[in-house]
Amino acid sequence: MAVMTYREALGQALAEEMERDPDVFLMGEEVGVYQGAYKVSKGLLDRFGELRVVDTPITELGFAGLGVGAAMVGLRPVIEFMTFNFSLLALDQVFNSAAKVRYMSGGQFKCPIVFRGPTGAALQLSAQHSQALESPYLHFPGLKLCTPATPADAKGLLKAAIRDDDPVVVMEGELLYALKGEVPEDRELLVPPGTAEVKRPGSDVSIITHGKMVHVALQAAAKLEQEEIDAEVLDLRWLRPLDIEAALATVYKTNRVVCVEEGWPYLGVGAQISTLIQEEAFDYLDAPVVRVTQADVPMPYSKNLEKLAKPSVERVIAACHKVLYR
Amino acid sequence: MATKVHMEALSPTMEEGQLVRWLKGEGDQVEEGDILAEVETDKATMELVARGSGLLRKQLLKEGGTAPVGAVIGVIAGPDEDIAAILKEAPAGAGEPTHAPPAERKVGAAAAGVAAADKTEQDRAATGVQAAAEAPARGPTPVPPGIEPRRAAGGGVEAARAVEPDGRVKASPLARRLAAETGVELRRVQGTGPGGRITKRDIEAALAAAPAPAAPAAPAAALVAAAPPPYRPELRPTAAMPELEEVPVSQMRKTIAKRLVTSIGPVPTFYLTIEVDAGRIVEARERVNERLAGRGEKTSINDFLIKAVAEALRRHPEVNSAWGENVIRRHGRVHIGVAVAVEDGLITPVVRDADRKGVAQIAREVRELAGRAREKKLAPDEYTGATFSISNLGMFGIEEFTAIINPPEAAILAVGQVEEKPVVADGQVVVRPRMRMTMSCDHRVVDGATGARFLQTLRDFLEEPTMMLA
Repeated sequence: MAVMTYREALGQALAEEMERDPDVFLMGEEVGVYQGAYKVSKGLLDRFGELRVVDTPITELGFAGLGVGAAMVGLRPVIEFMTFNFSLLALDQVFNSAAKVRYMSGGQFKCPIVFRGPTGAALQLSAQHSQALESPYLHFPGLKLCTPATPADAKGLLKAAIRDDDPVVVMEGELLYALKGEVPEDRELLVPPGTAEVKRPGSDVSIITHGKMVHVALQAAAKLEQEEIDAEVLDLRWLRPLDIEAALATVYKTNRVVCVEEGWPYLGVGAQISTLIQEEAFDYLDAPVVRVTQADVPMPYSKNLEKLAKPSVERVIAACHKVLYR
Repeated sequence: MATKVHMEALSPTMEEGQLVRWLKGEGDQVEEGDILAEVETDKATMELVARGSGLLRKQLLKEGGTAPVGAVIGVIAGPDEDIAAILKEAPAGAGEPTHAPPAERKVGAAAAGVAAADKTEQDRAATGVQAAAEAPARGPTPVPPGIEPRRAAGGGVEAARAVEPDGRVKASPLARRLAAETGVELRRVQGTGPGGRITKRDIEAALAAAPAPAAPAAPAAALVAAAPPPYRPELRPTAAMPELEEVPVSQMRKTIAKRLVTSIGPVPTFYLTIEVDAGRIVEARERVNERLAGRGEKTSINDFLIKAVAEALRRHPEVNSAWGENVIRRHGRVHIGVAVAVEDGLITPVVRDADRKGVAQIAREVRELAGRAREKKLAPDEYTGATFSISNLGMFGIEEFTAIINPPEAAILAVGQVEEKPVVADGQVVVRPRMRMTMSCDHRVVDGATGARFLQTLRDFLEEPTMMLA
């Protein structure tokens, strides 16, 4: 077990998979000479050469399409978007090609591609560069999507994504890259699709969340503990495919659910989770499911307004009180 | 046209009813068939339904108040209809409203709208839905913005009720499931969630508060029992029992009920037969009759039987019960129906509180009731409300037979004649007066072992009547 940062864990996953499988390559803006906008690909150009660590022009639709084509003919590309905000330019290749080629070719082509990069807000990057885009990506069948919250999960999820034969979207967090944590040195550390993890067991209320918000939830749970409220934090890790059993198990256990996400409420992840719960576990609910999300507005640039718009520890605690009728 | 709301006879024996709560407020729109109020009868809490449509213009009986059957307790009429004439004939105290006047309710509803608008959620802004438009138009307790009704503390905000004016009970899905599993009646549970919603903790509280089955009293060492049969301390009568106790029906019992009914009809009956030695009861009757002779009175074996059954029922309340779908009604009083043959049929006059009466009084009552039964002069409340019945065909020379349960009672005892029979006692064949009895049991309420234990007690009492004093 080694302690490393989230960005180092991602870099280790890339390096291990590129060593293991010569078909794996990394492509994106500034991934080579500059070693990645967030230094995830540090050292990879030197180790694997410019055929496998490919710097691209600022052409998201172009290099996403190159990646899909390469995947269709047998390579395993990892496409880095500097942030998922920029991936909006590439969505036709992601939604209409990557997500559909297996289906539309009747299984003749598979598309083992990874799209990765940070999602969600950092600090004062304003409306266009602070978006949590899980929800639009989740809307399209044909894509898998995971959201590592810890260095260990970053390694295990990215490695599982690279080895998957379908397109996988790996959404990281800009504010998570410097997060340190223990990471197993196991080269076979894989977090397979559809495996959630209870990050903190509890019995009074379930906070179901993913990605960066796992940490907000854990902080809220620690504060709730002082009030003798025992909150469980379930990190979904994979939003598609979803670990339905884990989501229902926590409902059976606590009967009260708060969904926390960085994105907007409308048709958000929490909307999907609460629908699932009312469909499958209605008789186990002792309170309506409550969601904590970003405010339903473009992210303000102003520091104080940005703070108010984001989900916070205080809002998670308030939501827990609400479902506990406190 | 105005419709008077009467206190209705909601049970055959009901003479007056206590208004537990109004489910419609003054000024509320009422449709024929709507539940207006809950009324406590002599047997249970019943729902009083509207016999006409319009506005509930007037409530003439306060919550908690009592009115005789037939009394006008409210008026349903059109908004502008003159109801002065009806109000005039109403009893004293009429016109005192039990609730805030309609105008105040409207203020409450508007306030609730403000409250809802306050907590507009981001979703709603996106959809353009005006939160205020979703404001609840009704609510049991008008709530000012920002204040959630809670359990009254120090006379503050009155606890909101889980039962809405339209009779819907607000309960979480989990609470509903738990209530169904445990037999807790949601209507009787005080909800402590938002707006009076019943949640898991309320069900748990209700279960904790439910009266526990009567525990056998501690054995009294001072009492020394007669030799045959041995004294069983659990046979002591239980202390003060409630008038009526409703025992929640467990899931297992529900399944028993459901399955047995499909097999054998609405009352799944089984039979238990027991033979008792009637020597001592015959002797006891003779001794009593010797002493009563001077007063020109006498008793029959049947009167002793009624007494013994009543005493046994007092010690086995689980047999003195009735099936109520979601609950078993466990009666705290013992009323014995005595089947009496009359021309072209039979009727079962009731000896009330038979466990508290002596055999002489039972004998007088039975004779008097049976006489009037044959003349068909019994009042309805004299032949209804029994908690257990006895049918005795001994006088016709019947050795044993089975009787059919008179619902909602849970059992009936069919008694044959006392006859001399050879029996083996201490290795010797002796001739003893014997009596055979068969109890028909509603299996939904009484299981085989339950009925058997009751019959064991009854046999003890008949074979050693002094045990009734133990």
